[in-house]
Amino acid sequence: MQDLSAITNWIHSFLSSFMPGWLTTTVECVLIGVGLLLAYSLLALFYIYYERKFCAAIQCRLGPNRVGPMGLLQSVADMFKILIKELIELKHIDRFLFALAPYLVIIASMLAFAVLPWGNGLQVIDFNIGIFFLIAVSSIGVLGILLAGWSSNNKFTLIGALRSGAQMVSYELSIGLSVLTMVCLAGTTSVGGIIEAQSDMWFIFKGHIPALIAFVIYMIAGTAETNRGPFDLPEAESELTAGYHTEYSGIHFGFFYLAEYLNLFVISGVAALLFFGGWMPFHVPGWESFNHIMDYIPSVIWFLGKAFVLSAIIMWFKWTYPRLRIDMLLSLEWKYLLPIGLFNLALMACIIVFNLHF
Amino acid sequence: MANIQEKIAKLYPEATVEQADTLTITVDDAKWHALATTLRDDCAMDYLITIVGMDWKESLGCIYYLMSSKTNEIVSVRVSTTDRERPMLHSVADLWRVACLYEREVYDFYGIIFIGNPDMRRLFLNIDWKGFPLRKDYDEDPALNPVSIENERQTDLTDTWVEENGKVVKKEVEVFSPEDFVVNIGPQHPATHGVLRFRTAVDGEEIKKIDVYMGYIHRGVEKLCESLTYPQTLHYMDRLDYFSAHNYHHGLCLLFERAAGIEISRRAQVIRVMMDELSRIASHCLFIGTYCMDLGATTMLFYTLRVREQILDIMEKTCGARMTFNYDCIGGVMQDLDPDFVKDVHALLDVLPANIKEYNKIFTGNVIARHRMEGVGVLSKEDAISFAVTGPSGRASGWACDMRKLKPYSIYSELDFNEIIATEGDSMARFKVRMLEIEESAKILAQLVDNIPEGEYCVKVPKVLKIPAGSYFEIVEGCRGAFALYLESDGSTKPYRLKIAPPCLPLAGVVDHITRGTKIADLITIGGSLDYIVPDMDR
Repeated sequence: MQDLSAITNWIHSFLSSFMPGWLTTTVECVLIGVGLLLAYSLLALFYIYYERKFCAAIQCRLGPNRVGPMGLLQSVADMFKILIKELIELKHIDRFLFALAPYLVIIASMLAFAVLPWGNGLQVIDFNIGIFFLIAVSSIGVLGILLAGWSSNNKFTLIGALRSGAQMVSYELSIGLSVLTMVCLAGTTSVGGIIEAQSDMWFIFKGHIPALIAFVIYMIAGTAETNRGPFDLPEAESELTAGYHTEYSGIHFGFFYLAEYLNLFVISGVAALLFFGGWMPFHVPGWESFNHIMDYIPSVIWFLGKAFVLSAIIMWFKWTYPRLRIDMLLSLEWKYLLPIGLFNLALMACIIVFNLHF
Repeated sequence: MANIQEKIAKLYPEATVEQADTLTITVDDAKWHALATTLRDDCAMDYLITIVGMDWKESLGCIYYLMSSKTNEIVSVRVSTTDRERPMLHSVADLWRVACLYEREVYDFYGIIFIGNPDMRRLFLNIDWKGFPLRKDYDEDPALNPVSIENERQTDLTDTWVEENGKVVKKEVEVFSPEDFVVNIGPQHPATHGVLRFRTAVDGEEIKKIDVYMGYIHRGVEKLCESLTYPQTLHYMDRLDYFSAHNYHHGLCLLFERAAGIEISRRAQVIRVMMDELSRIASHCLFIGTYCMDLGATTMLFYTLRVREQILDIMEKTCGARMTFNYDCIGGVMQDLDPDFVKDVHALLDVLPANIKEYNKIFTGNVIARHRMEGVGVLSKEDAISFAVTGPSGRASGWACDMRKLKPYSIYSELDFNEIIATEGDSMARFKVRMLEIEESAKILAQLVDNIPEGEYCVKVPKVLKIPAGSYFEIVEGCRGAFALYLESDGSTKPYRLKIAPPCLPLAGVVDHITRGTKIADLITIGGSLDYIVPDMDR
């Protein structure tokens, strides 16, 4: 398995050979920032194209196929259009909060990128509370949505924001519980540690039944966290026109739009990390030569590939199921997912104590 | 019928009863409410088809068309007043709940005030409109009602006239109180299926009251028809419920043909019925698609549009259009069938069962869909009749109201098909009834497709069509319910009065009744399941 930290270490030693320590750190921070922004925008463009093609396939359509070869430049054109659109000034709104909200939403999803394991040794920061940090920053997003709904001074956005508040706060519990279940199995909250623990076998196989239950809960709650169908109540198109971002235009709307896609990537990236070994190739204990071949596939491709496949499942939900109603949504969480999650955590603890996992 | 005639003659000796096109009772306004109560309670005339406002020049008045849900008899009652300054009649809104809307429409067009109606606002026209357009002495000068660029004046108050100690007093009633949180759903809203506006008072997610505003695409079709010749009026039928274009054309053609004494060929009848049933399948397919989209399942739309597309292709080949077909004409149909027609219909019938199976697999059995629809928006049979909710929505409440069975027209009496009736009355029942009706329509098509008789597709009719003076009434089944037409002719080439009673107006009227206490999301479920078409209610 090639270790990409060799490259980062080389850059570090190269920079520090002629720069003082503080400058090296500053330059590295800027480089990482630029790199992340680049990754962020490229992923967003890719996801827009990906989702449109994927839903077209489900709906027996062709999807975008006019701009560029196979419509590949469609999302670039879309983004360009959003960039040059006018930001419409509204009367009677809370200007500061209205302008702040899209940035809060997008920052929340960007921060999560910091701890995602992009590849072997390719991680911005690997510290001992990595997963905890991820859950914490992804909760900031709901604040942006609440602010957007409140500051727009519109009844639709207000209802959308309040729905969103109820939904995100509830489903965060389930996400937390299923993450906790897997953290139990790994014995660490460090992202690097969790991946290391899966070097012989992915957690979804290692933790068998409780891991599988945790995965299902995580996928349902994760879909709800990203406000995607069938949990897209905050922006339920047929009920609230566009929910909390009804009043936004131009790039401000674009930020919400991007954040939704990037949250989808973050959610599936974390699922890949917790259940499918992050960048860890598919290993079967005892099959040495097979494992060796698997190692030849670059770790970045492993991680992105897993994330894209898991995103496809979440997209599949959206294009198949009708939307839930608010009371169904809450009873699903509080009456089903949460108790099952708690039980599952206990089950996982038993399995670990009695060493019943693989 | 004789039974009613005797009873009325005994109880109300001053009322005149005559058997014309339908049994017609003429009564004084003073006795009208008592007669209405008798008709509803003793003669089981529980379905108010429509209220036709009339201007007979020397008097203003209304013709009430009533039907019994038990015996299927139709009775009409004429009530009039000679006071043109401040015409007043007694309201029957307490007997038939749909009358509240119908009377507002009459007030809007004729200025007749209904004593006892709780809500006497205009229904379609602007709140500041001057004059009553369907009166024969209406001043059409555009300077009187200029196009306004101001916002429409909005009020939370409505007027009602009540009788107190023999005197009629005007009272103001609140529609919404100042502390209500009123959300405007519409006129531009993805789920109102057109420009319809629900002012919705909500308490959190719960709906307290809905006030329906209509008329955003009111085009004054009835008024326009009065200045057009009979064949010209036909073209407006495509533009009411554009999914029932064939059915509405059929209805008006039947009315004119019966009035003018024209017999059409068997071939034309078969073609008309086949077109009706094809548009019913197309309409229900579109309903399923858009309804699922309202509930958030976008993909279903594409699956149902596939079938609809196939039907539109058949229509295009024969009628030359995919919408506003303008196909039925007085005497038959405009064009003969396309040579591919039989082959195409067979191809459609072949793919239909598999498609319906697929819809059920994807959507009907889905646990989320079931929770969203079952028990949501329950409409009892009594309420369905009182609110005149006909069509698949009425049949889902257990009311057998299919005019193809009750008042068989054209060749429907010879055909073998079932009337789909459910008893639950909820959104799921309304959805399922439509799904099953597709199968029944396919059954009708299968019976006819290989038996289209030879013959002329359109018989000779006089170039200038005159209809003998008198009044005529016709009721047919559109895709969304009973479509009634009333024609009063003065013997000229143009209708003196053509009243169009569409099924969608009562459908919108019942929304408030069945959404109270439900969630905002349920409003979308219920509205979608009623499947109203806004141009149809606005006309």
